[in-house]
This record gives sequence, structure tokens and C-alpha cells, in this order.
Amino acid sequence: MHILVCIKQVPDSAQIRVHPVTNTIMRQGVPAIVNPYDLVALEEALRLKDRTSARVTVLTMGPPQAESALRKALSFGADEAILLTDRAFAGADTLATSYALAAAIRKIRDDMPVDLVFTGKQTIDGDTAQVGPGIATRLGMQLLTYVSRIDRVDLERGEITVQRRAEGGVQVLRTRLPAVITVLEGINEMRFATMPDMFRAARYGLTVWDREAAGIGDVTKIGLKGSPTVVSRVFAPTPRAQKAEIIQTQSEQPDDLVATLLAKMFTKHPPLRAAICPRAVQRT
Amino acid sequence: MTQAPPSSKPAGRRKAELDPRFTSYKGVFVFIEHNAGAIHPVSFELLGEGRKLADKLGVELAGVVLAESDGAAEAFCAEAFFHGADLCYSATHPALAHYRNQPYTQTLTDIVNRHQPEILLLGATTMGRDLAGSVATTLQTGLTADCTGLAIDPDNRSLAATRPTFGGTLLCTILTLNYRPQMATVRPRVMGLPERDTSRHGRIIAEHPDLIEQDIVTKLLEFIPDERRDEANLAFADIIVAGGRGLKRPDNFRLVWDLADALGAEVGATRPVVQAGWVTADRQIGQSGKTVRPKLYIAAGISGAVQHRVGMEGADVIVAINPDPDAPIFDFATYGIVANAMQILPAMTAAFRQHTAAMKKAV
Repeated sequence: MHILVCIKQVPDSAQIRVHPVTNTIMRQGVPAIVNPYDLVALEEALRLKDRTSARVTVLTMGPPQAESALRKALSFGADEAILLTDRAFAGADTLATSYALAAAIRKIRDDMPVDLVFTGKQTIDGDTAQVGPGIATRLGMQLLTYVSRIDRVDLERGEITVQRRAEGGVQVLRTRLPAVITVLEGINEMRFATMPDMFRAARYGLTVWDREAAGIGDVTKIGLKGSPTVVSRVFAPTPRAQKAEIIQTQSEQPDDLVATLLAKMFTKHPPLRAAICPRAVQRT
Repeated sequence: MTQAPPSSKPAGRRKAELDPRFTSYKGVFVFIEHNAGAIHPVSFELLGEGRKLADKLGVELAGVVLAESDGAAEAFCAEAFFHGADLCYSATHPALAHYRNQPYTQTLTDIVNRHQPEILLLGATTMGRDLAGSVATTLQTGLTADCTGLAIDPDNRSLAATRPTFGGTLLCTILTLNYRPQMATVRPRVMGLPERDTSRHGRIIAEHPDLIEQDIVTKLLEFIPDERRDEANLAFADIIVAGGRGLKRPDNFRLVWDLADALGAEVGATRPVVQAGWVTADRQIGQSGKTVRPKLYIAAGISGAVQHRVGMEGADVIVAINPDPDAPIFDFATYGIVANAMQILPAMTAAFRQHTAAMKKAV
């Protein structure tokens, strides 16, 4: 079995700050990490590898620095890594991104058929969750998003059974391989990299493809040109007009503070009185 | 997965003329999502918002209903009319009984190609995002994910879709200039619900999806409904008590549960607390969690990072408890108590219990 895992290098969004005057993102010093959702997908692929001796290839599209994301994936146990990098890919929206990735995956499967494509449910920088569906649609592969569990892979019949998070419950779905699976967060814990894998990852000779090497002839389908969406404005959220009214009492005792708060709140916002309806049963 | 970088010129003026093959695209379509016989509230929110867009453009608002049978579809169409739709496209087929990507993508794509809307909106749910991604790729058009604001650009009549980016740190407005339809998924609970007016009617246009069950590769073996008992219903809670890292230790989170019990409230949490495993992921509020609009939001030991803020600033009243007087949460909360949440929460629980006991006596 051959599993392809699509990953993305992203800025650690928890550490992004906005310049208070210019309203632009201050990128300096923000560490680049592997999109955490993609690591959940990678671990799921590696678990299948443990069980079935599958081959795991990681693929990323990004600037040359994205190489470090691939080496990270190799250190966890991925077998092969391919970097798709070209200035022509810059400024791609999700439609143009899935075009380029689908082209690369076609080329990969010329070498060795791909049974499963795994990726995270979304990235933490774009948050779109659109590239997985895009890849599946372009390659004519079955799509299973928000997968919380892989129940069974039946290679002889070429089938996979998974649990998929849906509104109000979980769908148990069976489909035919090859399939694209986007993996829900929190379903596994990433393993630790082993020493030998870390050494191998550091020495590994990455495959690097530019546009031509990936077999992409039509430049109108990639990068900014291939993107139907354009960003017209970027801005910081408007702050709420007023700051909080800080509750103060002479004693600063919790009971007094709370009593003052309740008195104010119920006077200024009478509907809150009716909203309160305590549960009879106490939790243990 | 990055969006295109902002250009120096306002994108709207780059090309005002729409490609001739798209000039016939008219009207606003809303995909009506339903689960277990009930329409998802986000579809009503979209009808309310879609009505405004359609009125501004001077076009019709249509609901798109995909269902198992005509009977089920009719009830959904009627609800769509009550909430603002002028007409509904109703596609019925036994293969559409449960959501599956392939038959839904095929049916919705066919309806779009046949009836050519300029705007197509879906809820940013697990169904809407799965479906929208496939439909937009099939149609080769632009799709803006998880929007929190929709408007019509006055310069070129384009859909201006605003969404949080970089984990909610910034907002960006995205246009799809030369492709149709302009597609967007919209985050639940961000838009208000429109009035339900049962005197409203509309036309139903029957669609006949060309589906054969044998050709659909993916089969639903089972649907396991969530257990109601412990499921967090944050999106529609009137009161939410939420805890953050300021509570220091997982056992202190019990104080949040106690206060929630005293108020009949739901319990929410920030991402770090969920990641630390203090509470389950379905209780996470913020950019990568849920968006809530309660009447009262009590934030205990939460600093108010923008990633959390985007999910809860729609609350009517926000009470913040934090020992740091400079914590960003005090910039947008209604009331603040500068103190340790571990001391304030038990006092609050007692005070609210006393309050409800007094109310009961008064009745």
C-alpha cells in the first residue's frame, strides 16, 4: 500500500502579532511549524504503515524553506519526501493549490500507484479545509473529510471503512480506494522521532520539483493567475467601543465584588434574570 | 492553502467587465442543509443574509433543497419560503437520503450549471465545507471559506466575503471577480436569524437528479447519533461559563462546572485548555472552535487572545475575571473583576444560587 500525506508549513499562528499602527502582520521571529492538523494525518498514515508495512510519502508545496517540514515528517518515519517549489506557485488560492498538488500526485502515482491521500482537516493559517476536497475532485478519488477513525482497510477488495464526523453524529462510511482522507484533530498522539529516523531525515536527499518537473504546462492554472479569488482588503478587527467596567469595592473581598457585579448586571440587563435556570442535579 | 496576497490596487477596479459567458448568471442561491429531518439553523441565517444580498442586487433568492423524497423536500422548501426565499429548487432521489460527497456534488453542480446563480452560499459545517470544496473545484470557481461577513461591493456588484485569517488575528475581504458563481461558506451563529413569516410563499422548481445508487461508490453503513446526554450545545446556549489557562490546574476547572450548574449554563474553554485535555474538544470556543452568541458569557482565567475573542465577542454581556488588569479581555468585556478566578468563581456560584432561591420564594 502506498499512502501519500500532504502537509503544509505554516507560521505558528499562536505567536502572530499585528503591528498596532500599520495593521500588518509582524512575521519576524514567528516560527514556522508543520500544520498541526497535518501531523495528525501523518501519524494516522504511520499507524497504517505499522500495521500493513505501507510506504508513506510526504508531499508539500511551498517555498524552499518548507524542506524543514518534510525533514520533520521523515524523522517521524515517513519513507519519501517531495518538495513542490516554484515562484510560479506563489499567491495560489485553494483552487490553484489543488491544481498543482493534483499534478504532482499524478506524477507520483506514475511511479507507484497511490492508494490513500491523507491530509489534515484544515491548516491553521488559511483555515479553509478546501484543498483536500479539491485534490479528490481533480483526481477523481473518493473523498472522506473529518475522519475520526479508520476502521478497516481491505486491500484485496480495495475498500476502506471509516468513521466521519458529521452534524449530530458519526457516519460510518465504506468506499473504494484510492481515496482522499482529511483527518480530524485529536484522534491520535504524534509519536516521538527515533534516533535512526532523525539521522536519516537529516541526510535524506529530498526530491525537489519545480513547475516543469511536476508536469505542469499551463501556467494560467497555478499561482496568482490560476486563483479566481482575490484579497481586496486586510484589516484588524474593530475593537468594541467601550472597555470593561471594572467592578471595585472597598473590601475587595470576593463576596462583595460578586454582589456588586450581580446588582449592576441585573439592573442594566434585566433579561439576564430570566435566563438563569439552575440545574437540579449537581455534578460529582 | 494560502489566499492571494493583497494587491496595492483595490482588486475591485482591476477588471470591472465580467466574462461574457458569465453575464447570464443571476440570483442568490442558498444550500438548505438538513439533518435528521430538521433544517440546520445556519441555513436560516444564510437565507436572512442572502435576502439582503438579493435585495441589494435586485435579484431573486432561491433555496436549494436536496432530499430523499418529495414529501420531505416540500416541508424544507416551505421553511425556506418562511425565512425569505422567493423560490426553491427541489432535487429528490433516494440516493440523497444521507449526505455523501459524490451524489450531492453531482446534483448541486448540475443545478448550478442549469440555473446559473451569481452567488451560492453554504453553511461552514462539516457537510457544507465538504460539499462546497468539491462543487467549487468541479465548477472551477472561487470559494471563500468560513466567512463571518457578506456584502455587495458597490463598485462591481461582486460578493465581498469577509473572513478571519491567521488564526483570527486579521480579517480579510475576498472577491471572486471573473468567475461565477461566487461561492462562500459561512460560519454558523455569526449572522442573526431572520423572522419566520408563515404567510410567505414561493415557487418550487422540481429537479430530477440523474443518480443511480449502483454508481455511487461510497456507502453509508451506519449513523451513530451523538449522545444527547453530555453533548455540548454551545452554539445556542443563553449562558456560557468558560475557563482558560488562568485556572492553573485541571481540577480547578471543576469551579467552572459548579458555576455552570448554578446558572443552567453550558461550559466552554479556550484552545490551550482543550489541548491540555481538561475538557473535550466540542467545548472549544474561538477561531478553531465554535462561535457563540449567548446572553451572558463569563470568562474565568481567560486572557482574551484574539483567537478566542472571535468566537465569543457576539455575546450580549461579557463578564471577565482575570488577575492581570492589562489582560486584553478587559478591552472588550462588559464587566471586569481583577482577581483570581479560583476565589471569585465559588463566590459567584454561591451568589447566583442565593439569587435563584430568592426568586423562587418571590414567586
